[in-house]
Amino acid sequence: MRIGNESDCNFLGEIWMQVVVPIKQVPETKRVKMDEATGTVIREGVESIVNPLDLYSIELALELKRRYGAEVIAVTMGPPKAVEALKEAISMGCDSAVLISDPVFGGSDTWATSLILAESIKRIGYDIIICGERATDGDTGQVGPGVAAFLNLPVMTYVSKVEEVEEVEGVEGVEEVEEVEGVEGVEEVICKVERMVEDGYELLSCSLPLVLTVVKEVSDPGLPTLRGKQRAKAAVIPCWDHEFLGIEPSDVGLQGSPTRVVKISKPKVTRQCQLCFAGDEQMADDAVNKLFKHLTRKELL
Amino acid sequence: MSHSGIWIVAEQRDGKVSRISYELLTRGLELAAKSGAKLSAMIFGNQIEDSGLQQLIDCGADRVVCIEGAGLETFLIEPYAACMIKVIDEYKPEIIIAGATSSGRTLMPYVAIKRNAGLTADCTELDFEVGTGNLLQTRPAIGGNILATIKTPDHRPQMATVRPRSARPALIQPGRSGEIVRLKADAEMLKSRIIRQGFFANEDVVSLADADTVVAVGRGIKKAENLAMIHQLAALLGAAVGATRDVIDRGWMSYPHQIGLSGQTVTPKLYIGIGLSGTIQHLAGMQTAENIIAVNSDPEAQIFKVADFGIAGDLFEIVPLMIARLKRGQGL
Repeated sequence: MRIGNESDCNFLGEIWMQVVVPIKQVPETKRVKMDEATGTVIREGVESIVNPLDLYSIELALELKRRYGAEVIAVTMGPPKAVEALKEAISMGCDSAVLISDPVFGGSDTWATSLILAESIKRIGYDIIICGERATDGDTGQVGPGVAAFLNLPVMTYVSKVEEVEEVEGVEGVEEVEEVEGVEGVEEVICKVERMVEDGYELLSCSLPLVLTVVKEVSDPGLPTLRGKQRAKAAVIPCWDHEFLGIEPSDVGLQGSPTRVVKISKPKVTRQCQLCFAGDEQMADDAVNKLFKHLTRKELL
Repeated sequence: MSHSGIWIVAEQRDGKVSRISYELLTRGLELAAKSGAKLSAMIFGNQIEDSGLQQLIDCGADRVVCIEGAGLETFLIEPYAACMIKVIDEYKPEIIIAGATSSGRTLMPYVAIKRNAGLTADCTELDFEVGTGNLLQTRPAIGGNILATIKTPDHRPQMATVRPRSARPALIQPGRSGEIVRLKADAEMLKSRIIRQGFFANEDVVSLADADTVVAVGRGIKKAENLAMIHQLAALLGAAVGATRDVIDRGWMSYPHQIGLSGQTVTPKLYIGIGLSGTIQHLAGMQTAENIIAVNSDPEAQIFKVADFGIAGDLFEIVPLMIARLKRGQGL
């Protein structure tokens, strides 16, 4: 049975993959409040959205579903209200979702978060795990590679394009398995991507399972469809806690996190803008003269 | 604690030591001065030039550990992680600093998990707490709205990344000596499930990440044809060209040029923003630049709030004047 949306009609069905998309709910506003005592973000009373950079990973997963056939599962760790982010993911076209929520997970740093997500994803099952490049609140970009490390998977970061996912037979270096009736040799699925680096794009290939972290260029996120919204409304989203995941409370949360926020401060505003108005030709000339004096004084030319 | 010493993760391209390595030495030297610890550099590659390794010593490293092998020419997560883990297991560093580059930001979180280490990304300040040996790591968070200082009290090594160009490269100090250890990676370390099949370079003369000067342009430029003067200005300044999301989404420039939340973060010596208002998303990608200049028709634009010098005026008037001025300066 397939529970997809309209776009499924392009489905070729040659490869079937389980694609897991870890997402994060982040505060919408620019004025975020911090708990000075613990150094963690106060999430209550702030409107929340799906991390904007996760929309690209969700859309890529949906694109893989359209191209090759896949089950797309969104997963998030957060407070109970993070279920909203999962509902949005389903309304965009994800098949199902899992919420990871437990008070003992609160205050987890990227190490502990990676552990919790990895344990969750293990239980969900995966061929490809697709993460956004980073979240716009914590802004570390560490959880994608962290999950890969816990699951002992290869990770390709800053992926800007998935060229192809294809099945190949008789892989080099793998011992031939004795032919069983109905099974044709050794098969593996290869994923070819472009990875954006400082001076260009690398072409990489890797066999599944694997982790990708993606940049904006990888996809063009669509809006939730009406049908998607109806599905999201009806969706029953399971919530997993530390007991279900078999995680020791001492390994996660503030207690299990190697790093500690010890101080929060406001950045000092040190810049005093010298603003010149260039209302007419003469003023423009003067302004540019002043600009070049400024650049010369600062030894910037 | 049995861990000791400050380490940097130097980088190389085509066997030549990259600039970020010397910036990391600057950070390492500050910490070494405060802690009295030995400063070492690790570097992975194949056939890395001797002169580059010696220059790491000349610029402040007491020791360079270089691991080489076929397949380490360019970054691949598994072999690079295996090399770094070998260094950690063998030398037990107290502190490891790497660049927040495409490779550093992949390698560090992967290895931090494998070695139960604490890791802090994109630190703008690093300090050493004498007595505890704790690294005080300060980083902007929540789009630069706050600065968080982070410590790793019970785990070693303490790991941190710093943004490229956030420190000046260390200079050669005459008469220095140090130890260069060249190791060969064994077959097990070189195993990689990821295969690099090719590379195509950006056509830009100066890349955003490597640029001392960045000229960024926003929607105020009105149409793609008008970008010619921005490129001309950038060429005269030896600058890389960046753009806001608006410009990229209109297809006027390719994605690697995007500066901001969903694009690149740049920390140039000089940033010149032209015809852009300074959305919070754009500011997140450039406000750590050393000097910020802005040209925008709206004197109330946000960009002026973070700028050192601004011109409230018509960019189509200002930019040609700047170009003429630079040409004159060069005797053209």
